[in-house]
Amino acid sequence: MKIKEINEKNFKEEVLNSTLPVLVDFNADWCGPCQALKPILVGIAEERNDFKIVSVNVDDNDELASDYDVTSIPCLVVIKNGKEVNRSVGLRPKEAIIQLMEE
Amino acid sequence: MNDNLFDIIIIGAGPAGLTASIYARRASKEVLVLEALSYGGQIINTLDIENYPANPNISGFELATKMYQQAKNLGAIFKFEKAIEIIDNNGIKEVKTTKHSYFAKAVIIATGSENRKLGLDAEDKLIGRGISYCATCDGNFYKDKIVGVVGGGNTAIEDTLYLAKLVKKVYLIHRRDSFRADNATIKKLKENNNIEIIYNSIVTKLLYDKKLTGIEVTNKLDQSVKNIELDGLFVAVGRIPENQNFASLINLDENGYVIAKEDCHTNYPGIFVAGDNRTKELRQLVTATSDGAMAATEAVKYLNTL
Ligand SMILES: Cc1cc2nc3c(=O)[nH]c(=O)nc-3n(C[C@H](O)[C@H](O)[C@H](O)COP(=O)(O)OP(=O)(O)OC[C@H]3O[C@@H](n4cnc5c(N)ncnc54)[C@H](O)[C@@H]3O)c2cc1C
Repeated sequence: MKIKEINEKNFKEEVLNSTLPVLVDFNADWCGPCQALKPILVGIAEERNDFKIVSVNVDDNDELASDYDVTSIPCLVVIKNGKEVNRSVGLRPKEAIIQLMEE
Repeated sequence: MNDNLFDIIIIGAGPAGLTASIYARRASKEVLVLEALSYGGQIINTLDIENYPANPNISGFELATKMYQQAKNLGAIFKFEKAIEIIDNNGIKEVKTTKHSYFAKAVIIATGSENRKLGLDAEDKLIGRGISYCATCDGNFYKDKIVGVVGGGNTAIEDTLYLAKLVKKVYLIHRRDSFRADNATIKKLKENNNIEIIYNSIVTKLLYDKKLTGIEVTNKLDQSVKNIELDGLFVAVGRIPENQNFASLINLDENGYVIAKEDCHTNYPGIFVAGDNRTKELRQLVTATSDGAMAATEAVKYLNTL
């Protein structure tokens, strides 16, 4: 399974207008902890269908990164009904990410 | 056999723990590796490793992935759980994690180290909102902005020089009146006209609304206080070992490192230590992997005497 890549063009449709809550993973190719986080997110996505998980590459989408004040990656932002409700920065264990989504 | 019983439990899947698991598996021991976050440890933050023999310019994540695959292929079992305590029941060690208990006659503690924090109010809340512990990771987000670096060691100086190329201005806040780094490096610092060094000073408060907006700096000599407006603060005040969970059985030095010599024996029979969390002179990949090999070999020897 792969996490869907989102860009500035489809962010509104895929994230802001989503009926499910969305976990947005802001990341970059050169960032080691981001690569380490990916399989953890895939694991969660395989278990949970009450959440949508998407990936945003900050180098290709710097406006999105700056709109969300991302200054450290990996950065996970939980968005419900178009609004940010939670975030965490850095590599986190699976349980902590699930908690972030459920809070 | 009890599913939770192993010959050797290794706590931490950084370079030291992964190497230990490779050696222990090659000695045909049943091995469990417990890891709180993700395999690889600190080195995954590094894009380009230039001093690990035979692998010039490999990324930290790639090197870690290779070590992890090698350990897995040899049959090491991995569980992603944080170890919180070791208890000894007549020679059988119980390692408690946040979820379960696991048992083994030998344990290797390879928990490495984590970034030392400033210990200021709101610091945790501001991580990723202006506070960072890694200039090469996060510097790009501060292009043309004003940042600070706290610290006086080599990392702080390297971070400052790196950031000076990207940002409008860097304040380097150092608690002493001079640096230990070599003269050539210090000269570079002083020649850069967008670096301002603030000596004899410590950061005493983080100023913020939703994100960091500035810092309060106190001069240690005359106690004068001033506020500096900035967008980001890079904390480079060293690393601290993660051994406190095991301090009831294991002797630590005053800085929290497990006291052990090159043979990686702790004061406690059957408990070994490997990597950056041990008292030693040089904390690098090669010394961490070296410790992993030594600790596993000593643990195997210990098991064979029982
Ligand atoms: C930015 C940076 C750049 C570096 N560059 C280089 C370089 O170019 N060359 C070089 O040789 N070295 C470099 N180093 C140093 C090198 O990364 C370390 O020496 C090495 O990673 C130490 O390995 P370790 O296994 O002892 O500890 P760590 O790498 O710290 O790994 C410890 C692991 O244990 C886990 N852990 C901690 N506590 C628990 C617990 N209670 N339960 C379960 N798991 C736990 C942690 O999550 C971590 O994964 C660099 C370090 C940093 C920070």
